[in-house]
Amino acid sequence: MVFKTEPFILNLGPIHPSTHGVFRMRVVVDGEVITDIEPVFGYLHRGIEKLAENKTYKQIIPLTDRMDYVAAMNNNLAYAITVEKLAGIEVPERAEYIRVIMSELQRIVSHLIGIGSFFNDMGTFFTPFVYMFTGKEKITDLLEMVSGQRLLHNYMRFGGVSGDLPPEFLPALRKFLREMPPEIDMYDRLLKENEIVLARSKNVGILTREMAINASASGPVLRASGVKRDMRKADPYSVYDRFDFDVPVACNGDCYDRYQVRIEEMRQSIRIIEQAAAGIPEGEVINPVPLRFQPPAGEVYGFIEGSKGELGFHIVSDGSARPYRLHVRAPSLINLTALKNMLTGWKVADVMVIFGSIDICLGEVDR
Amino acid sequence: MTETLLITVSARPETSSEFWLHLLLFGLGIIIVLLTSVMLFIWLERRLIGRFQLRPGPNRAGPFGLLQPLADVIKVLTKEDIIPNRADKIIFWVAPVVSLAPVILILAVVPIADSVLLADLNIGVLYVIAISSIVSLGVFMAGWASYNKYSMISAMRSVAQLVSYEMPLILSMAGVVILAGSLSLNDIVKAQSIPFIILQPAGFFVFFIASLAEINRTPFDLLEAESELVAGYNIEYSGMKFATFYLAEYCEAVVFSALAATLFFGGWQGPWLPPIIWLLLKTVLVFSFIVWIRATLPRLRIDQVMNFAWKFLLPLAILNLLITGLSVSLWPEAPLWITGIASLVLLVVYVLFWSKFFKPGGKTVAV
Repeated sequence: MVFKTEPFILNLGPIHPSTHGVFRMRVVVDGEVITDIEPVFGYLHRGIEKLAENKTYKQIIPLTDRMDYVAAMNNNLAYAITVEKLAGIEVPERAEYIRVIMSELQRIVSHLIGIGSFFNDMGTFFTPFVYMFTGKEKITDLLEMVSGQRLLHNYMRFGGVSGDLPPEFLPALRKFLREMPPEIDMYDRLLKENEIVLARSKNVGILTREMAINASASGPVLRASGVKRDMRKADPYSVYDRFDFDVPVACNGDCYDRYQVRIEEMRQSIRIIEQAAAGIPEGEVINPVPLRFQPPAGEVYGFIEGSKGELGFHIVSDGSARPYRLHVRAPSLINLTALKNMLTGWKVADVMVIFGSIDICLGEVDR
Repeated sequence: MTETLLITVSARPETSSEFWLHLLLFGLGIIIVLLTSVMLFIWLERRLIGRFQLRPGPNRAGPFGLLQPLADVIKVLTKEDIIPNRADKIIFWVAPVVSLAPVILILAVVPIADSVLLADLNIGVLYVIAISSIVSLGVFMAGWASYNKYSMISAMRSVAQLVSYEMPLILSMAGVVILAGSLSLNDIVKAQSIPFIILQPAGFFVFFIASLAEINRTPFDLLEAESELVAGYNIEYSGMKFATFYLAEYCEAVVFSALAATLFFGGWQGPWLPPIIWLLLKTVLVFSFIVWIRATLPRLRIDQVMNFAWKFLLPLAILNLLITGLSVSLWPEAPLWITGIASLVLLVVYVLFWSKFFKPGGKTVAV
């Protein structure tokens, strides 16, 4: 006897424990198997790009904080680099080193939260998440020391950073650098060989090399699919060409590889910070721009390797104090484009694991 | 004093009135003690999970946060009781009761001291199996009647999962029954001069895992998989009806811990302390182990859960039953430890063999 069954539509989100914000997926389910999926964005749209057109260049810096709020420093940095490119501003050596340290600390924060919530999506009862947060708190303390803020730092300025490192920062950073590598090793040791983790994430949600390139994915998602492309190496910005580090690459493109790439990237970030902290020169931290800052007319695209992928700002300037148009290449959004290919054919439970392994931040997807 | 009272009540009832008094007092006693002790167990679980997660856990209401469950009860009782418009009202009302009542009924056959129990059924184990199956009916009724897609998926999962895990559960109990030579739980405890966990390690292994699935605990908590199904079958419940489900879930965990203590750890037997304390200690031990697992492991996927039941647990349970049966029937005068060693060897060899040749990973389904 053949039962007559019919697929039904399941609305995952926008209010759902593991959509990392207000993301919505209309999933067509045949029993437990996903046959189709349609992502629906826009629940967190704040019009940051449009707002930017009515603000002066400096006023936009706090706006960029609010895009990827777990990696605010990186957003600041990408925007500052773009405007510096447009106006041709020189950045002092010390500021460049500070920027690298901040950016890498922020990358570790973002990866810790990404991994923690990935395991939450897999069904652990918050334990990895809380462990990751102990590491994250240490970094947040460091960032608070320099910027006065714990979440939305607003630290980068055109031509440098808003203030010099406080005297207690470098000793605290060295202490952190001693403590963190064993901690990362511990996380990895606790998680990587768990049989259930392997069963849930190995060979699940495969993003092939071709598909990743076609979808213009970037960051850990791209590198887990076997493409060795990291903007810090491919087109070095700031002073990244002075540091010695590796770009971790995995080959399968499944959820487990994305996790492994993130863990390895944290180790590499530690290496970069160690070198930067050792080689940081004395001197000015900002090359001040005039109070009424008017970059020349023109068009510019600046980018950094953000924690989630290539974070780029495209600014069109008409020579006034406000940008004519500002567009953000948000890696979270672009990494999501391959979601349908990755999800089709998997079970309902896999949706969240695959979605979590991409590691998006809704603030950046919707802007 | 309580103990003397219990023994008075449980003395073999001679007359009809004594019989009814025994039923009434003991029944009331079980309900009151279970429902209040469940609060303590909820507190214990939250404290333990807090410690596992590097945080103190509830510690504000009362000494050591002991009054926290009470505060939760008050909160949940004052919540608005919502019934969805299109729900099947009668089934929606009945479902919480159907899932709570059988759990309490199980305790009727668990002895708290020698011959101190509500009803010394000579088919005790069979009764436990029969009654505990009803719980899944309550879960299915709730999921079906809620008229919600999440709870519907949860209901389907519950049927698949609970029915599959009943098989290994029953077979693992059968090993104990063979060794004790009786179905009555009282006789089973009395037969345990050596706790059966030493004679039946494989049986305990199967029993413990299968009962984890029966009580919907991690890693088999697919019915209320937070990251996918939000809350599963009880998603539409609020107020007292939700509290009843919550209560049923914890009662089930406590009752199955007590069952494990009775069947495998020698129940009330133990030196120095009064029997009821021994039973309680052993129950707390098993319960803490369940909490430990909950704080540690991610969740399996539905197909992996089914594979695990039918391809791993069921053969192991059958082999264990075979070994136990053979040793008892072919060589009855053999020392008992031979059974224990045979069971342990079986467990180790089987687990090694299985983990080498079988991976619970899943494949994608062609759509």
